[in-house]
Amino acid sequence: MATDHARQTHSQVTPTDADRYDARFAARAMAIRSSAMRDLMSLAERPDVISLAGGFPDTSSFPKEVFDEVMQAVGHEHLTSVLQYGPTEGLRELRERIVGIMAHERASATADQIMITSGGQQGIDLTIRTFVDPGDVVIAEGPTYPGAVPCLTSYQAQVVHIPMDDDGLQVDLLEPELDRLAALGKRVKLIYTIPNFQNPRGVTMSGERRERLVQIAHARELMILEDNPYGQIRFDGDPLPSLYELDEGRGWVIYVSTFSKILAPGMRVGWVAAPPPVLRKMNHGKQSEDLCSGTLSQRFVLEYLRRHDWRDHVARVNEIYRERRDAMLTALEEEFPTSATWTRPRGGLFVWATLPSFIDTNDLLAKALDQQKVAFVPGGAAFLNGEGTSCMRLNYSAMPPAVISEGIARIGSVVRDLTELFEGMGGR
Amino acid sequence: MKVAVLKGGRSFEREVSLRSGANVEVALRRLGHEVLSLDVDRDLVRVLRADRPDAAFIAMHGQGGEDGTVQELLEILGVPYTGSGVSACERSWDKVVAKAVFTEEGIPTPASYAFSQAAFRELGAADALGEIESRLGLPLVVKPARGGSALGIRLAHEPSEVPAALMAALAYDDRLLMEHYVAGRELSVSVMGDDDPHALPVVEAIPLGREFYDFESRYTPGATDLRAPADLPQDVTEAVVNVALSCYQALGCRGFARIDTILDADNHVWVLELNTIPGLTDTSALPRAIEAAGLGFDDFIAQVLDLAHLGA
Repeated sequence: MATDHARQTHSQVTPTDADRYDARFAARAMAIRSSAMRDLMSLAERPDVISLAGGFPDTSSFPKEVFDEVMQAVGHEHLTSVLQYGPTEGLRELRERIVGIMAHERASATADQIMITSGGQQGIDLTIRTFVDPGDVVIAEGPTYPGAVPCLTSYQAQVVHIPMDDDGLQVDLLEPELDRLAALGKRVKLIYTIPNFQNPRGVTMSGERRERLVQIAHARELMILEDNPYGQIRFDGDPLPSLYELDEGRGWVIYVSTFSKILAPGMRVGWVAAPPPVLRKMNHGKQSEDLCSGTLSQRFVLEYLRRHDWRDHVARVNEIYRERRDAMLTALEEEFPTSATWTRPRGGLFVWATLPSFIDTNDLLAKALDQQKVAFVPGGAAFLNGEGTSCMRLNYSAMPPAVISEGIARIGSVVRDLTELFEGMGGR
Repeated sequence: MKVAVLKGGRSFEREVSLRSGANVEVALRRLGHEVLSLDVDRDLVRVLRADRPDAAFIAMHGQGGEDGTVQELLEILGVPYTGSGVSACERSWDKVVAKAVFTEEGIPTPASYAFSQAAFRELGAADALGEIESRLGLPLVVKPARGGSALGIRLAHEPSEVPAALMAALAYDDRLLMEHYVAGRELSVSVMGDDDPHALPVVEAIPLGREFYDFESRYTPGATDLRAPADLPQDVTEAVVNVALSCYQALGCRGFARIDTILDADNHVWVLELNTIPGLTDTSALPRAIEAAGLGFDDFIAQVLDLAHLGA
């Protein structure tokens, strides 16, 4: 056994020294604020809590024998290279194979347009990092992906939300907003959208709106960041053309996706497809962030793709998720009051529910955790402007149907209790 | 000395407590103590029995830690603990009880009314909201009777905002307090000691860009300008300190506590609450008071530990 000779030196820094750092932190670090909701979420991790909060794919369905086989191949055939740094843009063959995966999403690219990233999250971060100066406007769906919020905040973007309906981003509201921003002299740098099974709303942008959105981007020369992590998590219907495809190679769309949902999030392998000048800048950004994504993970994904049809695993998880979605929708019908509404996703991982306006879902979360040991993501997490306070994001991918039903029943009981209380207040 | 640091738990202030606890642990280690770090759960009694610490430093905030529960357990187990005893914790934790004590002792605290959920559900208390609003005036503050870190506290500016504020408070506790809103400066006084307590310098919290000193202002570095000592005329400082010492003694506190007050435009002090386990996070007021007192954080922790006791 190795002996640890390290002498532990206690930090001499005490809370009385905290202001020393406050005075030195960069504006982008100071921009991220503490929130009661984030603190409460730590209670959701306790084992006795049913959490419908996370966005965790079901990793238990990945076959162990496949994992063993792929790992063995990686170890036998590529040991030296997977222990080494790799190219910043990622393994060439992996990028070539991603071209095939993108084709299934109706997005045609060449390997040269693709860079491997550490999860789709890094693709989002690199895009914002590459384009957004403090104060620049980013248009985002309202609600938007909660995981993009800290990214947008730390780069100090001014985020303008465009409302959504069951056909996704309300593109007809975009143009007047762009006019308003132009009149104010604001510079719009990006339009950030998740067209397929959007996180958190679960809805998909219609084909007509996709075409219109790309037309607007072309006419006004605006960059679109198309985030597509959920496109393959589809329970019925066929893929609509991606924005990347509709751009017809004119270079106004950046496409981000990931293996997190079609394979496993623990791999941290995603990718970005972008016009060459943009990709070069992002490559520099990536060098500064992490030099390259993990070569072991990339090689694992590549060996897996060489030996297996990734669509088999996707079909397997989609069956599981479809059943879980059905369980959630059934439970919502049974347990939520008629005054509540929710989306009925045909893919992805999330349902978005809207409660009567007198319920604040941050406060509801506190009560739900305390009295019913159940958690969800309060809607406010998906906005940067204080909206969404009566909404919640509910995840169905991480739990078996019976647990989902029980979780929804628990939330339902707290909602009913608060509704009754509000009525007791005369509902003034 | 083997010191158990009790932190975390499952209160709404779990994360805040983990940050306070971490700071306490580092200080205790620097002081040469053996630290038993305990994120409190149902194994607490078993672990304390097995590990037999010489003392417990309670760094838990909120329910379970600040309401006298863990103090009662430590009494039963015979482990001396920091801070106030069971009854002082119980009385301070419930703002309705604490305010009644203040009023009895002639300590100024804003006028208020308290109601349980049942009052709204079963007794039609909502029909009295009009009278309450006219007696307390608007805006009025609605807060959970028991709770910390400003969670569930809302300011209702007009009658239409009152029900939502009541709903928010009742999400955190089944009893709430509607309180006259006193506009003014947020001053906190930390007090130390047992029989002959003394105050640390007054700290003023100036939340930047927020209406009041809410959760976000409290725990985001740089979101609040904490001034220690607060820039106050000598006689006002004395008045604030005297009020704080009166609160400390009236509730029977020991070890240390923090009293939160508002100084109105006429320089009158109004006590809002007393915290038996004030935050020791990097953004908390108490560490600033310690610094302004010319005391090291470790010296403070050592003094609080020296005062660890049983039976109060």
